Amino acid sequence: MTSEGYEFTLKSTIKELLTYKSGIFGALFLILLLAISVYAIVALPYDETVRLWRGEGGVWLENPRNAQPYWLKYLGQNLPETIKRDSTQPELGGTVKIVTPIPQTDMKLARISFTFDFSYDGFPSEINIFFSAKYNGSAPLLNIYWVKPSGTEIRLLTYIPRSQEDKLYLSVNQQAANALSLYLNDVLGKSPSVPLPIEYSLFAVEDSSMNSSATAKPLKGTYRLYIDGTLFGKDSDIDVKLIVYGRVYGMAGTDNQRRDLTIALLWGTPIALAFGLTASVTITFLELLLATISGYYGGKIDSVIQRITEIYMILPFLPILIMVSTFYKLDLLVLILVVIALSIFGGGIKSTRALVMQIKEYPYIEAAKAYGASSKRIVFLYIIPKILPPVIPTLIASVPSYVFLEAALAILGLGIPNLPSWGKVINESFNAGALYKGYYYWVLEPAFMLILTALAFSFLGFALDKIVNPKLREV
Amino acid sequence: MNEELLRVSGLKKYFEMRKGIFSSPIYVRAVDNVSFSLGKGEAISLVGESGSGKTTLGKTLLRLYKPTEGQIMVKGKDITYVNTKELMWYRRVTSIIEQDPYGALPSFFTIYRILEEPLLIHKFGNSNERQKRICEVLEKVRLTPIEDFAQKYPHMLSGGQLQRVAIARALTLNPELVIADEPVSMLDASVRIEILTLLKELQETLGISFIYITHDLTTTKYFSERLFIMYAGKIVESGKMFEVIHNPQHPYTEALLKAIPDPDAENRKILRDIPPGEPPNLVNPPMGCRFHPRCPYKMDVCEKEEPLSFELEPEHISLCWLHNNRK
Amino acid sequence: MKTLAENILECKNLVLHYSTRKGVVKAVNDVTFSLQKSESLALVGESGCGKSSLAKAIIRLLPRNIEKYSGQIFVNGQDTMTLSEKEFREEIRWKKISMVFQGAMNSLNPVLKVGYQVAEPLLIHEKMKKHKALEKAKEALSIVGIHESFVERYPFELSGGMKQRVVIAMALVTNPSILILDEPTSALDVITQANIMNLLKRLKKEMGLSYFFITHDIALSSELADKIAVMYAGEIQEIASADIFYKKAAHPYSQKLMASVPTLRIDKKPEFIVGSPPSLINPPSGCKFHPRCTLAFDKCTKESPPLSDLGSEHLVKCWLFEEHKEAERI
Repeated sequence: MTSEGYEFTLKSTIKELLTYKSGIFGALFLILLLAISVYAIVALPYDETVRLWRGEGGVWLENPRNAQPYWLKYLGQNLPETIKRDSTQPELGGTVKIVTPIPQTDMKLARISFTFDFSYDGFPSEINIFFSAKYNGSAPLLNIYWVKPSGTEIRLLTYIPRSQEDKLYLSVNQQAANALSLYLNDVLGKSPSVPLPIEYSLFAVEDSSMNSSATAKPLKGTYRLYIDGTLFGKDSDIDVKLIVYGRVYGMAGTDNQRRDLTIALLWGTPIALAFGLTASVTITFLELLLATISGYYGGKIDSVIQRITEIYMILPFLPILIMVSTFYKLDLLVLILVVIALSIFGGGIKSTRALVMQIKEYPYIEAAKAYGASSKRIVFLYIIPKILPPVIPTLIASVPSYVFLEAALAILGLGIPNLPSWGKVINESFNAGALYKGYYYWVLEPAFMLILTALAFSFLGFALDKIVNPKLREV
Repeated sequence: MNEELLRVSGLKKYFEMRKGIFSSPIYVRAVDNVSFSLGKGEAISLVGESGSGKTTLGKTLLRLYKPTEGQIMVKGKDITYVNTKELMWYRRVTSIIEQDPYGALPSFFTIYRILEEPLLIHKFGNSNERQKRICEVLEKVRLTPIEDFAQKYPHMLSGGQLQRVAIARALTLNPELVIADEPVSMLDASVRIEILTLLKELQETLGISFIYITHDLTTTKYFSERLFIMYAGKIVESGKMFEVIHNPQHPYTEALLKAIPDPDAENRKILRDIPPGEPPNLVNPPMGCRFHPRCPYKMDVCEKEEPLSFELEPEHISLCWLHNNRK
Repeated sequence: MKTLAENILECKNLVLHYSTRKGVVKAVNDVTFSLQKSESLALVGESGCGKSSLAKAIIRLLPRNIEKYSGQIFVNGQDTMTLSEKEFREEIRWKKISMVFQGAMNSLNPVLKVGYQVAEPLLIHEKMKKHKALEKAKEALSIVGIHESFVERYPFELSGGMKQRVVIAMALVTNPSILILDEPTSALDVITQANIMNLLKRLKKEMGLSYFFITHDIALSSELADKIAVMYAGEIQEIASADIFYKKAAHPYSQKLMASVPTLRIDKKPEFIVGSPPSLINPPSGCKFHPRCTLAFDKCTKESPPLSDLGSEHLVKCWLFEEHKEAERI
């Protein structure tokens, strides 16, 4: 007896889905991903995201490079966060700015002092000082001093800004380096065996541990940077911003272009889902249609479609895709279209066709012919609704393949240029040698998102498969 | 006798089977030279075992297969080789009731929708008129309360109920000929009689011509006036029900009748006197009379020549050389 | 009351329940019956009443989702329920009791030769040498009417009736004394069916076999039955000898069953039974047949009737026969 004991209404399917652990997990993960997607699209509009990711206008300048996610501190050392002092933003605290004109001259004396506490277990990654000077003729002359909690005061360098907006990369400044190496000599009694990075010299405990960066430990306490400067011109003024870059930033850390990775992770979600679902759904439906026509009508149409399918199945998908991507610039939409075009005659046609050929023999099809149903009606109203349920689990379970496809293309450098997708992030991390340099989070975070997506759809697909395929159903 | 509805002459349906690309095709001679006629409002039973060709005959009559040779005339029109497009009127006038109640109804439609399909295809009235018609047929097959059943899906119904829906569907367009292919063999024994009784009632009250195809000879008694026995693609005997059952003329019919038990405690003590062997393969049926390898009355001529159709009493026909002398 | 020793098979209070997602299926619910040597018991009932489950319970071919399996099964006086799986497999299954399954012709292994398949039980059970087993297989095949040259053939070369005979040969090759037949002829045409029945009748006489013959076809049951047991909703409702049952069945259900059988030779209009067989997960209270019984009264809805003994081994499970003494139960 061919007893079709089951009907697939949405409600009953969902109910049964939740009785399987894989269904529950899959559904939970999927809901999580959808929530992330919605949040990403709402909180960070598309144009904004593209602009940010391109890094226009130096938006990222205040972020540390290659910073770890901040929550890693719970697993390990208390690494420093970025400390910012800005004379134009006294609300940040620790800033004193005094400008005194020198009587009977056009000159002024400026004293800007930044103080901050440093109680971390690690050294900052970088120190930059930004100058915003107003002057007509001559640029101000600035002396920059550093005071450590131990009381040691070091005159780092004398600096003349080269333009009204200027940046001083203290970490690579030669003058400062020289001043500091003299300082180190005093403390150690000799030169350190390996030159100590400037951040280390500035922050290290003053004892023999300063000999190498491996042994140096940060000195905790209040630090002070002050600038004694001479301004020229009645209207001259100077504003300074000090940024002591930490080693941690945000939920996901930063990449080598100082970009906040959470943006990429968040925005990667809707991209992945859109790509995966669109590709999967479209390809599955087109394959379904082709398979049904092929299986139902038989004869020449069947032969033609099957031969085309076989040729498609032999052609190497990824290499062709790479070829196309190399010659033509792809954006998301075009990429989806190309992927669909290269996949619709895929292997799924063969299995669905087998199913169609089975269903074609069912009595209700014959009965329909007996009461005058046309072939077209039978195909669309009688056969397709029947083969849809078995096809859905495959549809869902194949979404991860397309997500990985986009990621793979991105990793190969052929991704969509402007959008921050997960694959893109992995690509950039590889190019920057993330694994060699120990920036594991940079690779693992997007990888984790990919895996989460794959798990979500695979679990759902497996659970649905058990529901739809009675033989797999658990008693 | 009523006016004639259906006349079949020399009907053949052979299926072509190819063993390989290069070998010549072989034929499964499922229906081999069948002729009979059916009157308006008349019910007949067609009995045969699996592989006898009875199902193929039924489906060929409905033009679900294209005949290989011969002629089918319906209401005076020759529909044998007509294009499917020109058969829409025939589709309205005929219906089929399939053997498998679970597979005969699309599982994703409600009962209402299933019954609506033939009406939609033949553009029957507007939505109200369709609804009225659907309620009418559900009433006729006694699937009440209608509101209840109309909204259900096939998987919620029992085999017997499903077959009622199939019957209802067959009646929606007021057919003149219904062919039921083993309508009760997949149902529980206790439901069979119920459904057959319903079919018989409907056939009589609606005056529909009916062909009841089955392998269960016993049930045909309650269904029709005429009985047709089919063996290896041929109709070997036909005639009035009572005549054929109590006075069988063809050795196969005789064997069939001997083989069927009635519930009787004495049965276990006797061995039935029946021929050995099984129905032949329709690809290479035996030469001459197809029953001859198993026939207890076999004569020389039976091995060589296919027997002619002999009319013994009026309308009692037998396809056997035994009757040659009588003529 | 026959002594235990003359009963080749005796089941007492046999219970078999399955657990499924929808609930517990009470397929066999406290079944008691006996079978004598060279006797044939036909078990009749509608589909879904638990007949096949009863057969499987006797030969202990159980699925994984068993909820309850208890009772006693005496084979030649020995309670097989006390045997371990290993002991049962070696001593009982296919040694004392064999089974021919429903649709057996489709369960022949298509890639093994017929001869090997018939010989296989011997290779497994008696660890016979191959050539000796093959000889025995040829014997078994000839007993069922298949020429010994067929040992070299594959199942697809055989017709339906021949495959059924092969399966019977497979069941008989180890010389069991009890043969369980579950709808052995369901897919066969009428004349082949009658031929198989003839074969089974002959084998019973020549080999002294005892049959436990399961079928839903009451007319067919009369071909082999010395005794008939009627099963409904997992319980045996009536057991009677053939002479009594086909003429004067006592249980209302049996009577309805008899009335619903279409007859070829007798002019009788068959009547159908209203309603449908109950669910084995949620069977009716009291007497399981009461919702469909025209003679039901109050007590029937509340309490399940005991098996009453009407004399000459006619047992009925019905409140109508309350005054008769209760059949012996343990």
